[in-house]
Amino acid sequence: MSSTWSPSEREQERRRIRRRQRARSVLIATVVTAGVFVGLGVGITGSPGWPSVQELFFNGFHARESFDAVLEGFWINVKLFLICQPVILVLALAVALARTARSAWLVPVRLLAALYTDVFRGIPTILLVILLAFGVPALRLEGLPTDRLFWAGVALVLSYGAYVAEVFRSGIDSIHPSQIASAEALALSRAQTMRHVVVPQAVRRVVPPLLNDFVSLQKDTALVAAAGVFDAVFAARDYGNFNFNYTPLVVVAGFFVVMTVPLARLTDWLQRRYAERERAGAR
Amino acid sequence: MSALLEVQGVRKTYGDRVVLDDVSLDVDAHDVICLIGSSGSGKSTLLRCIDLLEDIDDGVIRFDGREISDPRVDPREVRRRIGMVFQAYNLFPHLSVLDNCTLSPRRVHGLSRREAEDRARDLLSTFGLADHVDKHPDRLSGGQQQRVALVRALCTRPDLLLLDEITAALDPELVGEVLTIVRQLAERGTTMVLATHEMSFAREVATSVCFLSEGRILEQGPPAEIFSNPREERTRQFLRRVLPG
Repeated sequence: MSSTWSPSEREQERRRIRRRQRARSVLIATVVTAGVFVGLGVGITGSPGWPSVQELFFNGFHARESFDAVLEGFWINVKLFLICQPVILVLALAVALARTARSAWLVPVRLLAALYTDVFRGIPTILLVILLAFGVPALRLEGLPTDRLFWAGVALVLSYGAYVAEVFRSGIDSIHPSQIASAEALALSRAQTMRHVVVPQAVRRVVPPLLNDFVSLQKDTALVAAAGVFDAVFAARDYGNFNFNYTPLVVVAGFFVVMTVPLARLTDWLQRRYAERERAGAR
Repeated sequence: MSALLEVQGVRKTYGDRVVLDDVSLDVDAHDVICLIGSSGSGKSTLLRCIDLLEDIDDGVIRFDGREISDPRVDPREVRRRIGMVFQAYNLFPHLSVLDNCTLSPRRVHGLSRREAEDRARDLLSTFGLADHVDKHPDRLSGGQQQRVALVRALCTRPDLLLLDEITAALDPELVGEVLTIVRQLAERGTTMVLATHEMSFAREVATSVCFLSEGRILEQGPPAEIFSNPREERTRQFLRRVLPG
């Protein structure tokens, strides 16, 4: 019976209506989007100061001239981010787990972890970068690196580690107690419960805020410029001070945007995959 | 006079799977229609299609003489007049019982806070929930939560009430308190379509029983007929499995 089914007149009519409705919303979306962007473009380029702004910030010649120097500096930002991010993830998860530990033996660790998050979340990142990058090498301790870039990276790790630890902790706290109960009912130890049941669910739940923090970290690698490290921002400022033109700063901004977009798309994709797998058909 | 709800030749598929196949059903005012059949026979899907939670793939659904399966119909207009209760209660955990019950009357039906709360308190106390008005849903037992869900659906004074296996998630001892309410509603002449596994209840309150199997209404009739003298062999098999003795 079902194999011989063909849509009735009414159903075909309905499909035509649905198609028309879809076409209509696509049309509306296109017109509105185009309208908004054209409006913005006209509004900005029509402003009285636009010619001088264009000369100072959007100068093709200076963009090309500074491009290589900015690109070279930008590699430092990229490397810094790529090295700091995994270290932050590990440190933050460790701190979050320490803060949720319930064992009597681990009370001092718990207190230290709490102290760490309180202190390092409270200090502005730029201050931390300057303090560590200039302060630690000045101690002239044997065996410690004196590279300012290294200590600027440490500052970023410490600052972001505290933020991300709190994100992890809120994720861990959000897992329903029944999950822990059922893990314990299977005779899993506290550590096993965390490792196999709680943390995997918590991580999934905190991926969006985590990504947010990492986009923020990508941008904050620019703070190392405050410690005199020759990154993209420092290179751009150097060029600008020499040539009296700010175009290189816009070039740097472009670089940062290009770097952050793929990460955002990746997370969207991850989120969708989790949702499809775990909430199939639930409504 | 045409029926309050007319379902004609409705078809619904998920991919290649045909969930509803040429289903037709008329519901008059004050009818209590019970949908019975094994899991996956399409009972819930039919209710969801009637409430326009799912688009149908063929056929026509009319409510009060107007075709609501037309894509140009605003589903919210239809849902203002239809109440639905789900198997898993689906109460809003962040709102108190009272706020759950006044949300739609206030935001959708334009009642003042006072009117909405009076109406909700009234219904809540009628159904023995007066003590729980200010609690949050998670503090209540399953039976109490489901009764609140019923009240929430009733607070908008719907012309048609759809109940989707509302006792299926309850402990056996809590089923009774929920069914008592449904029985009261039936006695008051509330028009209802309900999917249920409670055969004795269906036999008692239904004006008409539909047996669904593999997405089709295999047979429909007064409960006495369906339960005592089913025409179809498959209905007989199903009833042998679910009826005690």
